[in-house]
Amino acid sequence: MSETHAQTAAYVRDTMIPEQAPPGSEFGAIHWLRSNLFSGWLNTLLTVLSLGAVWWLIVHIGPWFGNAIWNANSLSECRAILDGREGACFGVIKDRWHQLLFGFYPGHLYWRPVLALVLMLAALAPVLFTGVPRQMLWFTALYPGVAYWLLWGGSVWFPIAALAGFAVGYAAYLLLARVSTLIGTIAAFLAPVLWWLFASQAVADALQSVIPLGIQPVRSDLFGGFMLSIIIGVTGIALSLPLGILLALGRKSDMLLVKTICVGFIEFIRGVPLITLLFTASLLLNYFLPPGTSFDIILRVIIMVTLFAAAYMAEVIRGGLAALPRGQYEAADALGLDYWKAQRLIIMPQALKVAIPGIVNTFIGLFKDTTLVVFIGLLDPIGLSNAIRADNAWNGIYWELFGFIGLMFFIFCFGMSRYSMYLERKLKTDHR
Amino acid sequence: MTIEAAPPKESFRLSMLVYDTRYRSLTIQVVFLFLFMAGAAWLIDNTLQNLARLGKDFSFNFLWSRAGYDINQRFVEYDSGMTHGRAMLVGLLNTLFVAALACVTATVIGVLAGVARLSTNWIVGRLMTVYVEGFRNVPLLLWILVIFAVMTEAMPQPSAFRGDEPAASMLLFDSVAITNRGTYIPEPLFARSLGDIYVGLFYISLDLVAVIAVFIASLLGNRVLLRHAERVQNETGVRPRTWWKSVLILFVPLLILLSALGFHLRYPELRGFNFQDGIFMRNSLMALWLALSLYTGAFIAENVRAGILAISRGQTEAAFALGMRPRRTMRLVILPQALRVIIPPLISQYLNITKNTSLALAVGYMDLRSTLGGITINQTGRELEGMMLMMLVYLVISLLISLAMNIYNRSVRLKER
Repeated sequence: MSETHAQTAAYVRDTMIPEQAPPGSEFGAIHWLRSNLFSGWLNTLLTVLSLGAVWWLIVHIGPWFGNAIWNANSLSECRAILDGREGACFGVIKDRWHQLLFGFYPGHLYWRPVLALVLMLAALAPVLFTGVPRQMLWFTALYPGVAYWLLWGGSVWFPIAALAGFAVGYAAYLLLARVSTLIGTIAAFLAPVLWWLFASQAVADALQSVIPLGIQPVRSDLFGGFMLSIIIGVTGIALSLPLGILLALGRKSDMLLVKTICVGFIEFIRGVPLITLLFTASLLLNYFLPPGTSFDIILRVIIMVTLFAAAYMAEVIRGGLAALPRGQYEAADALGLDYWKAQRLIIMPQALKVAIPGIVNTFIGLFKDTTLVVFIGLLDPIGLSNAIRADNAWNGIYWELFGFIGLMFFIFCFGMSRYSMYLERKLKTDHR
Repeated sequence: MTIEAAPPKESFRLSMLVYDTRYRSLTIQVVFLFLFMAGAAWLIDNTLQNLARLGKDFSFNFLWSRAGYDINQRFVEYDSGMTHGRAMLVGLLNTLFVAALACVTATVIGVLAGVARLSTNWIVGRLMTVYVEGFRNVPLLLWILVIFAVMTEAMPQPSAFRGDEPAASMLLFDSVAITNRGTYIPEPLFARSLGDIYVGLFYISLDLVAVIAVFIASLLGNRVLLRHAERVQNETGVRPRTWWKSVLILFVPLLILLSALGFHLRYPELRGFNFQDGIFMRNSLMALWLALSLYTGAFIAENVRAGILAISRGQTEAAFALGMRPRRTMRLVILPQALRVIIPPLISQYLNITKNTSLALAVGYMDLRSTLGGITINQTGRELEGMMLMMLVYLVISLLISLAMNIYNRSVRLKER
């Protein structure tokens, strides 16, 4: 055999050739550039245009950042230091730092909002991350009272008496549930309402006169800056989710009356701009309440923002409910769960998971919408930027303030959207 | 033979209202209705008491009284001697105008950015991500103020356009001038105009009506042509060439009409201290328009991207397997499916634009909120009636848009089983 073979083939290779490196155009930076940036005339054109845009931005904005002045007490001082060059004057942020964060909150009391913020992070931790001990949730439940007391000050008994309403409701339930679960449930709703309407204030006053315990009160019109945005935003977020769930359930309900009222409410709120609702809060609420009552403007705004976000939330959650297959409801029925148990244990965990991106988008929208309170005279960061510009020292300063405010909002909102992505990944149960 | 025992007769007991699921929903609804009516009655009663206390009545008669204030941008005749109702109409038209402008540009920006974000080109993809995240995560109000500040602070004065070597120059063949007072663009004029026609509330230019009518007729003609081509294709398997016929049908009648009417553009021109002629677009309009377009464009870009990504790769592969070219695949397979996903959120973005025009307040654009909800309320002291009317108007606009959305959704819904 080998003989004949030797005649037909002059040479037979008996070892493998070592692998050659791919040609230079198939790997490394050049390949990457070719396939990602210059793969066709259109792509090349786009690349050149994009590079041009980036270059234009660097050339025009670079020096402005490069020559930035951080130490100056007025715009004219800044301009004197810059001496005709282009340059940012970030001195305004340093000069008005406290104002941008706290508004006109009394300077010696800054520790209170700061402490409230730190405690808020502690209260949020068990809600946001599962690694945190569950016992922390008790602190989360108490936090609203603590935050109210720290921010507005005054008697410590007022928030305690308000929180005690929940304890009263629970006690009423425990007492009367022995007679009948139904009566117990009704009592659990009625007792706190009666407590807040008639007893809470009196008890707080009585306790205050017996054991005077309180800190210096701060009026609402001194609130401002990012503190105000966060107060409105966080409260609105915390309240709009449960309200949105209730509205969505109402909209999906078989009960015609409940459904009609929920649909009417949702469509009305979604049909009008938030500004009109805020103006309603500031101009019209005096018409709708009994003569002589007036309550805090920040509270009014929070209520309106919450109602507004809740209507959007309801639609997002309805989308999540619609995504659930009918079998899930039927399975819950087959297990003999009643309506609320089925919602709590089977429907809502799945529907909310599906709706996470939409829910977080609503949160982000709500937080951005807190800037609209500037129109009814509250001093949110944008309102403060106008106030700072009204001062002679900083008259005519725009970009630095807008840039700072925009950056802060960007950090908050971008953080929220990243968190929602983390949550989606964590809760993902399908195997793809 | 068995005798069927009669089922035990169920008598109605009061406790069944609570414990029997057949009756419980009835009970809950009655209680709910009762609470709702009580709440509504409480609010109305309070309102009546408060109105009585303030010595006010509830009437919309102020709409027919003299307004007494000027509006700097108007599409129908208006002067300060006209009524508050008329001012409301002017404001409403301004709202709709800026909303329509922003819807068009936001769609264009959004589609381009959404497609570009999916591009294989690394730098374009990154730039678009920066654009989308940057605009989505910063409040719209801030963008409006920033763009307004750019327009008023960073743009050249009209005097900068003067002289032999001006510091600023007009754009697009000397037709557009962007100054710190506003933007001037060419004005379309008709030498042989057909005149105006009065339709109850305002005048409508007959030239405009004629142009729109001819354009719609061309579109219909084009549709007939395409139908015919499709029929021929179904019968013979060969699709006749239609593109040059389409071009002829779409554009020739319009060009003939325009030349018959003596259409020409009048360019803005620097005379005295300011630009004259042309159309003057105020900074408030420009800022609102640009900010709404860029802001909403970022959201639309995400919708477009999600819509394209929602179409599984298998669809493209199937089309390729059938021997379709990439462009046809896009037009006939991917786009029709992606549009079904894209259009509902797109329309709700239009809804958002319309509602967000109320931020016009920040830059002093005279929209519905600034006329009816601002000056009229302040002058007449009718905040209750004014706010209710304004909410009603916004609500009607929103409901109309969502009606359109529902009709569309029904028409493209997947018909399964």
